[in-house]
Amino acid sequence: MGEPNTAAQPSQEFEKVLVNSSTQVASFDTHDKTAIQKIQHFLHSTPAAVPFIVLVAAILIFGIAIGGKFFSSYTLTLILQQIAIVGILGAAQTLVILTAGIDLSIGVIMVLSAVIMGNCAVTYGLPAPLAILIGLGVGSACGFLNGLLVSRLKLPPFIVTLGTWYVIMSTNFIYSANETIREADVAAVTRMLHVFGVSFKVGSAVLTLGVITMVALVFGLWYALNHTAWGRHLYAVGDDPEAAKLSGIRTGRVLLSAYTLAGLIAALAAWVSIGRNGSISPSAAVTDYNLQAITAAVIGGISLFGGRGSILGTLIGAMIVGVVSMGLNMMGADPQWKVFLTGVLIISAVAIDQWIRKVAA
Amino acid sequence: MTQEPILTARGLVKRYGRVTALDHADFDLYPGEILAVIGDNGAGKSSMIKAISGAITPDEGEIKLEGQTVHFRSPMDARAAGIETVYQNLALSPALSIADNMFLGREIRKPGIMGKLFRTLDRSAMEKMARAKLSELGLMTIQNINQAVETLSGGQRQGVAVARAAAFGSKVVIMDEPTAALGVKESRRVLELILDVRARGLPIVLISHNMPHVFEVADRIHVHRLGKRLCVINPKEHTMSDAVAFMTGAKEPPREALAA
Repeated sequence: MGEPNTAAQPSQEFEKVLVNSSTQVASFDTHDKTAIQKIQHFLHSTPAAVPFIVLVAAILIFGIAIGGKFFSSYTLTLILQQIAIVGILGAAQTLVILTAGIDLSIGVIMVLSAVIMGNCAVTYGLPAPLAILIGLGVGSACGFLNGLLVSRLKLPPFIVTLGTWYVIMSTNFIYSANETIREADVAAVTRMLHVFGVSFKVGSAVLTLGVITMVALVFGLWYALNHTAWGRHLYAVGDDPEAAKLSGIRTGRVLLSAYTLAGLIAALAAWVSIGRNGSISPSAAVTDYNLQAITAAVIGGISLFGGRGSILGTLIGAMIVGVVSMGLNMMGADPQWKVFLTGVLIISAVAIDQWIRKVAA
Repeated sequence: MTQEPILTARGLVKRYGRVTALDHADFDLYPGEILAVIGDNGAGKSSMIKAISGAITPDEGEIKLEGQTVHFRSPMDARAAGIETVYQNLALSPALSIADNMFLGREIRKPGIMGKLFRTLDRSAMEKMARAKLSELGLMTIQNINQAVETLSGGQRQGVAVARAAAFGSKVVIMDEPTAALGVKESRRVLELILDVRARGLPIVLISHNMPHVFEVADRIHVHRLGKRLCVINPKEHTMSDAVAFMTGAKEPPREALAA
C-alpha cells in the first residue's frame, strides 16, 4: 500500500509551484455578470419563459391594435377552443421531440383513430365506450409501431414516421373509402363521441371539455416529466443517449413508451376533434396537423435536439399561434399573414434556443 | 498478498471478427487497493475493463466477484453487483441537475401513496444525499445542487461522476482515464478524490495513460500487452521507464512479476 499523498505535498516536480497558486477550487462567479448573461442564465433554467413573454406581448399588441373586443373573455376562450386539438397533439409531439426524435405521423394517427371510433360506433353498431377504446387502442398501436422501429431497428425517427405517415394516411383512405360520417349519424347512435364538444359558460367565458382536457393533460404530463423517474429518463435519453445507457437507463423502453404514449394521446385528440367538428372526415388526413403540432412545440421552446424544454411551453406555443391567428382575423388581414408570422416565430424560437444553449457557467 | 482477491478474471477471450481484443487475459483486484491498468493503445485494456464493468460479454473466461462467478450482460448487472464505473465520457446528462444525475437510473420515490401510486420522486431526500456525498469528498464548492451539469467545469463534472460512483459502488470502483481531459490543478483534485475513495475502503481500478499519476497513486500496476496481462509490478520497485518498456515490449519483465 502506498502512502497517500496530500494536496500540501504534490508529488510531481512540476506541481511544486501549485503551493503558491490560488487555493480556491472551482468557485462560481455570481457577481460580475452582465445583464445579458443574467438573462441568458434565467432563460436557461426557465425554458418556458421565452414563449410566455412572447404570448403576453402578442396579447398586448393585438389588444392595443383591436381594442377591448380582443380582451373579452369570450374572445380569449374562443382561442382556447380553437387550439384544443393542436395543443393536445403538441403535447404528444413534445414527448417525442424531448427524446431527440420527431413524429410526422401524429396527425394521421389522429384522423385514423377518429374514423375507427366513428365506424365502430355508427357502421358496426358497437357500444360507444368499446368504439372509443378500440380507437384509443389503434392510436397506441400506431405509436407502438413507430417506437419499435425507432428503438429496436434503430432507424432515424424522421424516416420511420415519414414512412408511417404515408402508410397510415393511405390505410385511412382505403379503409374508409373516404366517406365522411355525418354529425347526425353519430349523434343518433351516441352522445359520448361528442362529449368533448360540451361547453359551459363562466360569465362570458365559454369553455369546452376539450379545452379542459388539453390543460389537464399538459399539467399531468408536466408532473410526469418533472417529478417521476420516467420523466427524468426521457430527458436524459434525449440529452445524451449514450450517457443515459451507461447510467443504467433502458433507453429502448423509454423511447418505446414515448412513441406509444404519443400515439395514445393522438387518439385522445381524435376523440376531442369529433366533439369539436361533429362529423368525422377521413379527408382531414391531408391537413398538416403534424406540422402544426411541431410548430406549437418549437415555438414553445422545445429543443429539436432533444432533452430541453418544458411541456408548458408547448401549451403556450399553441396559444401564441392561436392569438396571432385570431388577432389577424379580427383585424381583417389576409390569413396568409398568419402563416407568414408562424414561419418567423419558428425561426426566431430555434435561434433563441441555440443562443440559450451556449450558456456558460 | 495473503488476502483473497475481491475481483478476479481468468482466461478472458473477446474476438471482434478476426481481431482478438482479449487473448486469455487474467485480472486480480485485492481489497482496499488502487490497481492501475496500463497498456499501449490497442493492447485490449479497455476491452478487459468493459468485460468487468458489464459493457461487453466475453466469449470465454470467468469473472469472480468475492469468490462467486458472475455473468454480467449489461452495465446494470455489474452495478447491481456493486461495481461502479466512471466512464471517460462521464456518462452524465448535461441538461439535468447534479442531484438528478447522481440518482439517474436509481431514483428515490416518496414514501406512501404519492410514491407508490403517483411515483413522485423524493427530491429533498435525493438532494440531501447528493449534498452529503459531495461534501464527503470535499466538493461542496458547488453551490447549487440543482444547477445543470453543463454549467460545471470539467473538474467539477469529474467530481460529480466520481461522487456518484463512490456513493453507490459497494465493492469496486472502476475509473477510465479520469484525468485525461483535465488541467493540472483539476487533475490534482481528482487524484485526491481517488485517494479519498480508497481511504473509505473501496478498491479502485484506475485506467490511465498518465505515468506520473499512475505511479503516484497506484499500489500495484497491471501491465496489459497484446490482449493479455503481461505482468504486475510494484511502482516502488520499478521506474516509469521500466513500465513503459514492459508495455511496449522493449524490455522483458522480471520473472517474479510474471508469476504474480
